[in-house]
Amino acid sequence: MIESSPILEAKGIQVIRGETILLDISSFLIHEGEILSLIGPNGAGKTTLMQTLSYLLKPFQGEIFFRGKKIEANHSVLEYRRKLAMVFQEPLLFDTTVFNNVASGLKIRGMKKSEIHDRVIEQLDRFGISHLKDRSAKTLSGGEAQRTSLARAFSIQPEILLLDEPFASLDPPTRDSLIEDLEHILQQTGTAAVFATHDRLEALRLSDQIAVMNQGKILQIGSPDEVMNQPVDEFVASFVGVETILTGKVIKQNGGTIITSIESQEIEVVGDARIGETVLLCIRPENVTLSSHSSQERTSARNVFPGRITKITSLGLYQRVHLDCTFPLVAYVTNHSLEELSLTEGREVRASFKATAITVIKKGET
Amino acid sequence: MDLILEGIKKAFWLLITLDPEVMGITLLSLEVSGIATLISLFFGISIGVAVALSRFTGKKIVVSLINTGMALPPVVVGLFVTIFLWRNGPLGFFGILYTPIAMIIAQTVIATPIVMGITLAAIQQLPQKLRLQILALGATRLQMVWILIKEAKLPLLAAVMAGFGGVISEVGASIMVGGNIKGYSRVLTTATVMETSRGNFDIAIALGIILLLLAYFINLILTQIQQRTRPR
Repeated sequence: MIESSPILEAKGIQVIRGETILLDISSFLIHEGEILSLIGPNGAGKTTLMQTLSYLLKPFQGEIFFRGKKIEANHSVLEYRRKLAMVFQEPLLFDTTVFNNVASGLKIRGMKKSEIHDRVIEQLDRFGISHLKDRSAKTLSGGEAQRTSLARAFSIQPEILLLDEPFASLDPPTRDSLIEDLEHILQQTGTAAVFATHDRLEALRLSDQIAVMNQGKILQIGSPDEVMNQPVDEFVASFVGVETILTGKVIKQNGGTIITSIESQEIEVVGDARIGETVLLCIRPENVTLSSHSSQERTSARNVFPGRITKITSLGLYQRVHLDCTFPLVAYVTNHSLEELSLTEGREVRASFKATAITVIKKGET
Repeated sequence: MDLILEGIKKAFWLLITLDPEVMGITLLSLEVSGIATLISLFFGISIGVAVALSRFTGKKIVVSLINTGMALPPVVVGLFVTIFLWRNGPLGFFGILYTPIAMIIAQTVIATPIVMGITLAAIQQLPQKLRLQILALGATRLQMVWILIKEAKLPLLAAVMAGFGGVISEVGASIMVGGNIKGYSRVLTTATVMETSRGNFDIAIALGIILLLLAYFINLILTQIQQRTRPR
């Protein structure tokens, strides 16, 4: 954890529209210099949370504190908003030059012309768009426009940056180069940021903390490692890329490991649970190894099961293999191994995975 | 045929020699319609923006009323302005019926809904999120409105042109409330009507040409503006 005071804190936030609760967050904290990602499917409440944090949406109830000071709806909102910057999925540029766009936040603050000029030039340079200075914002490409939007946000030297899916509508190469630059700039400036995305890889790349949202709630918040490897429930697990989630009963417990029974098979897992308890086992597809049925190859994996391939789908560089080992299992194999093992639908293979590669979620306790 | 040719010849003579009567009529037209357009811009843009940005019950009704107002028949406006300014009407004590001021009032009433309707549409077609972005940039409400108006500047320029074009070519209300008094409240349209009815086609044609030229320039500027809105 980062050892510093929280810069932004939200408590008991509820946003209600009509009968539906759009957002229900008991507590949300972000520290100085921290980058926190909000991930979740569309409609999870990421945008609503962002707009509430910036007070563009007045919460039905709850409080927001900035550096320990409560934001009051009537008088401190403007002061607060002038300390933050927000970037949306659409660049939302003004119908003027790139320079004037980047300068707009400073003009709003009534800054002197000479000072504005220096700051804008600095940001244009930082985002590699100096050459576009005098271009009309309407003529920019998607990537250039989003760079301008980011430069506009950074020009006010925000204390906290709210990024609402800023890369969602960019093509992959443009997105990659922009993420790389943003990562670098965030490091350089040490600006705290909240970054909403539905792409878990983007989140992994940028964040110190990841919060997984669904249906207006934060389901889990933790370091990328925690969220990816110890998902607290089924939803988080499947959202962070676990493809196999099995429900089983604990039948044996032995020190640090438990044996669970699933569809008459026994799976050994490192973890802790009482005998008789129902648990969910989460197995990431990249942790499942396949070998040919006849091979007598020794493996250190505790769990080895014969199975039949039911379906193979291509993911480009690798293949997703669905297996029936009396329980369903998904494995990723490279195109190369697929050929080497001559895997085809209907073939019998051996699937193995380590007892340590499984995350146990206790049902009903999270 | 002679009639028309003779008329056109004489009309050009009147224009080239800057005939004082024709020039006076043209200037008064520009003055009355120009002032009326300016006033309508003030009311039309402020109310148009306010309606576009606020949420209230019955907004749809208000919007459709404004849109209906864009097609307000000038004679109806003339009728009501006349009634209000009539000697013993509610505003009769001003004594301004049959003056250029009455014409400015009538033309303002005609132009305001036009400007308002176009402003409303112009502001509404800006992306919703733009407002959030402006506020997130730290703008006050007033700054936000000003930035939105600047963002809609091209359609707003169109509103100016449409408002001015609407009133400079209008005849019904002007003749009713202005009275077409020679050298006082006679404008291009009312003079054209009168000269035509008298058979003075030369002057009527000259006035008509001036009106056509004005209409041409207004449309030229409008077209330029519309072409500029989509550079991509």
